[in-house]
Amino acid sequence: MTPQEYGAKEKAWLCMKCNLPLEMGKIGISYLGNTFPVDLPRCAGCGQVYVPEDLALGKMAEVEKLLEDK
Amino acid sequence: MEKDELLKLENRCIQEQPPNCAAACPVHVDARAMMAEAARGNFVEAAKIFRKTVPFPGIVSRICDQPCRTLCKRKEAGEPLAVAAIERACLDYAAGLSEKIAVLPKKEKRVGVVGGGLSGLTAAFDLAKKGYAVVVFEKGPHLGGSLWNFPEEKLPGKIIAEDLQVLERVGVEVRLNTTVGKDISFEALREDFDAVYVAAGAESPDVFGLETDAGGRIVVDSATLAAGREGVFAGGGIRLAVGERSPIRSISDGRIAAISIDRFAQKVSLTASRGGEGPVPTRLYTSTEGVEPLAATPISRPQEGYSRDEAALEASRCLQCQCLECVKVCEYLNSFRAYPKKYVRQIYNNLSIVMGHRQANKLINSCSLCGLCAEVCPDDLHMGLVCRKARETLVSQGKMPPSAHDFPLRDMLFSNGEKCAFARRQPGTDQSRFLFFPGCQLAASAPEHVKSAYTLLTRKLSGGVGFMSRCCGAPADWSGRTELFQSTGEDFLALWRDLGSPRLILACSTCYAIFKTHFPDVPIVSVWEMLDSLGLPESVKVEKREAIAVHDACATRHESAIQESVRNILRRLGYEIEELPLSRDKTECCGYGGLMFFANPELAKSVIRRRCEESPRDYLAYCAMCRDYFAFAGKRTLHLFDLMFGKPTDEAALRKGPVYSQRRENRVRLKNSMLREQWGETTAEAQGYETIRLKIPDAVQQLMEERLILVEDLQQVIEAAERTGYKLLKRDEDHFIAHHKPSSVTYWVEYSPSGDGFVIHNAYSHRMEIAEDVKP
Repeated sequence: MTPQEYGAKEKAWLCMKCNLPLEMGKIGISYLGNTFPVDLPRCAGCGQVYVPEDLALGKMAEVEKLLEDK
Repeated sequence: MEKDELLKLENRCIQEQPPNCAAACPVHVDARAMMAEAARGNFVEAAKIFRKTVPFPGIVSRICDQPCRTLCKRKEAGEPLAVAAIERACLDYAAGLSEKIAVLPKKEKRVGVVGGGLSGLTAAFDLAKKGYAVVVFEKGPHLGGSLWNFPEEKLPGKIIAEDLQVLERVGVEVRLNTTVGKDISFEALREDFDAVYVAAGAESPDVFGLETDAGGRIVVDSATLAAGREGVFAGGGIRLAVGERSPIRSISDGRIAAISIDRFAQKVSLTASRGGEGPVPTRLYTSTEGVEPLAATPISRPQEGYSRDEAALEASRCLQCQCLECVKVCEYLNSFRAYPKKYVRQIYNNLSIVMGHRQANKLINSCSLCGLCAEVCPDDLHMGLVCRKARETLVSQGKMPPSAHDFPLRDMLFSNGEKCAFARRQPGTDQSRFLFFPGCQLAASAPEHVKSAYTLLTRKLSGGVGFMSRCCGAPADWSGRTELFQSTGEDFLALWRDLGSPRLILACSTCYAIFKTHFPDVPIVSVWEMLDSLGLPESVKVEKREAIAVHDACATRHESAIQESVRNILRRLGYEIEELPLSRDKTECCGYGGLMFFANPELAKSVIRRRCEESPRDYLAYCAMCRDYFAFAGKRTLHLFDLMFGKPTDEAALRKGPVYSQRRENRVRLKNSMLREQWGETTAEAQGYETIRLKIPDAVQQLMEERLILVEDLQQVIEAAERTGYKLLKRDEDHFIAHHKPSSVTYWVEYSPSGDGFVIHNAYSHRMEIAEDVKP
C-alpha cells in the first residue's frame, strides 16, 4: 500500500482517545541511529499513530535488515 | 580476528590446494580442469588449458612420462586416468586452434642457450616471450636433441617440426651445427651474452668447466639452477640423475632457468618465493569412499589415439578431486555456496569493515556451532569456533544485528527470572549431595517428565537431591554475549554454593557441555549415565520393540559415555538400535544449536528436514529441543524420558512441541506446582496483565509463532490500551488496534472484547521506533 492509499483509508480509523478520525502526517521513524520521515495515519488530537501490518512486515522489516547489516 | 590468525585459519582449509595430478606435474598442468572440459566434449577449451603451461604440447602429449598418473586418485577405484592420451586427443580435436602468443617489448639483454633439446628450447621460448634476445646453439643439424631418438610412430618428426615453429614466432635465433666448446668457446659465449643456460643434454661430453659431482653431473642450486658461476645456469639431462630424467622434468628445468635468468637480468633476488616450481607436495584430501570402480577406456585405434567419444569417456572417469568433506555433511556450510577458506575470509572482512554492508553477518550467525566440520576436516578446522569468536567480536563492536538473538536471549532471562527460576534442597533434608538440573527446554517441553525424573532420582539416591530450575546460559554463550554469560554463571554459582556445591545431574546435553566447558569446578553427571547405573523405574514395562534410530545430541559429540548410557537404557527397554549414518562423534545438530533457528529459520528448517530424512525409523532423541524440532517437521520422534515415564504411543511420537508461549507457561507452572507439591509452598497468583484472558484462533497462534510473538506480549498491549484508552477503532470491522513497546520491539494487536476477555484477530511487530508524540 502506498501512503496515498493509506490516506484514502485513514478515515476508516478512529482514535478512541479523542474520538477523531486519523489524518496523514509526517512521522519520524528510526532504527540504530538512522531516522526517516514517513507519511503515516495519526490522530490530530493526541498524536497516536497507526502502523499498518504490511508496512511493518514489508518496508520497515526490509529497512531494519538493511540497517542491521551496515 | 588478527590478520595472521586469518591466514592460519585459511591455510587449514585445503579445498584450494592443487589436486595430486597438478602437484606431481613439474609444470603443473591443470589436468582436473582439462578433464572437466574434455568430458563435456569441449576439446578446444581443454586444449587451451593444456597449452597454457606446456610449450610443446604435441610432443609432450606423446612422450610425457606422466608423473600425474602415479598419484591419480582414480587408481583407488580403477586405473589412473590416461592423461597424455587425452591431451593428445584434445589437441587433435581442437585442430586449427591458433592462439596468439604475447611477446613483451624487446629488451637489450641477451641470453645464450647451449643445447636445442626440450629444456633449452623451453628456456629459449619463455625468455623470448619476455623480450630477451635469445640465441640457441645446437651441435646437430636440427633442433630437438634427443627427441629424434623416439621411434617415428611414437613421435612423428612432423609433430616435432610443428611444435618447434613457435620458437620462430617468438623470434628465437638458432645456430645449428655449432658445438659450444669447439666452434665457439664457452668463455666467448659467456662474454657475448648477459646470461647462459647450459642444457646440452644427458649425453653431453662437455661440462664447460662448471663444477660437477662424483657422477660427473653439473652441480646446481636445485631451486634456481644457478651453476656456481655468475650468470650461468644449467638444467635438464646434464644435471639430472638417471632416474630423474624425463621429458617433463627437462621442460620444467627450462622454465625454472628462464625465471632465474629473468631475475638475474633484472638484478632481483634469485631465491625469493620460489617454493612452487617443479613437483610440489599437496595437502588436498579427496575421499574415494563409495566411488564406483571404472577401468580405463580402451583406445580402439591405437595409431590414431582416442576418438572424441573415447576421450570424453576416459576424461569423465576423472574424480574432479576436491575435499569439501565438511560441506558434504553440513547444510549450513553448503547453503552459503562456498567452503571454509572463503568463509573465513568473508568473516574476517566482515569484522574489519568500517563503512558499508557487513555481508557476512548472516554467515556468522547461522552456524549451529556443532563442530561436525572439525570432525571430518583433515586439518580439524572448526567453523563453529570461528563463528562464535566472530559473534563475540560483533557484540563488542556494537555491530551484532539486534534481531538475530533477541528472542532466545529474552527467553533465557525469563527462565532465570522470578517466575521460573528456583532452587531447593530435597524436601526434609538439610544437605544436598546432588542437584537435579533439568534445563529450561525440558521444563518447557515436558514438565511432567521433569517431575517424574526428580521423583525417581530422590527415591534412588541418598544424600539429598536438590532441584534447580534455571537456564544454563547457552543462549548468551552461543550469541557471543560474554558479559551476560558471565553474570548468568555467577548467579548460578552463588545458588549452587548455597546448596553446598552438590554434583549436578544434567538432563540436557547443552547444559552438560556448557558446565563442562565453562565451570570446570562444578562436578557434573548426565542424567542418562546416572539412570544407566541406577536402573529403570519399576513401573516400566519391558518388551521386545522395533528398532529405533538414535539421534545423538551434538553437544555430546565427544561424550561417548553418555551416548553409551543412552544405548544401554534403550537396550534394557527392549529396543533394537539403528545407528544413523552420522552419529556419535559425527552426529549432526538438530537446528537449535548456536541459535541457528532464530538467526536463519529457513536454513534451520532444511537442516531439520535433511536430518529427518536419514532413516524411516522413529527417532530417539535425548535432548528436548532435538525432539521438538524433529516432531515439528512431522518426524516421529520420542524423547528417552517418553520411554521411561510414558508410553511409546503414536501420540507421544507425533506430539508437536509446545509453542513459545506455552513453553514459558510450562516453566512457570512447573515451578508453581513443584513448590506446592514437593515443598508445600504457596505460590504467587497471576497478577496485572497476566490475568487478561485471550482467545487466540489457531491461525493467529501460528502467525504469532512465526513472528516470535508471545501471549504475554499481547496481554501487555491490551492492558496498556484498556488502561490508558490509547487505541484505535477499525470502523468497518469494529476491531480495536493498539500498540505497545515493552522494550525493544513494538507489538501491534488487533482485538475485540469477548465475554470476560478478548479475541485476537491479528498480531505483528517491528523494531523501528516511531517518534510518536502522544499528548496525554
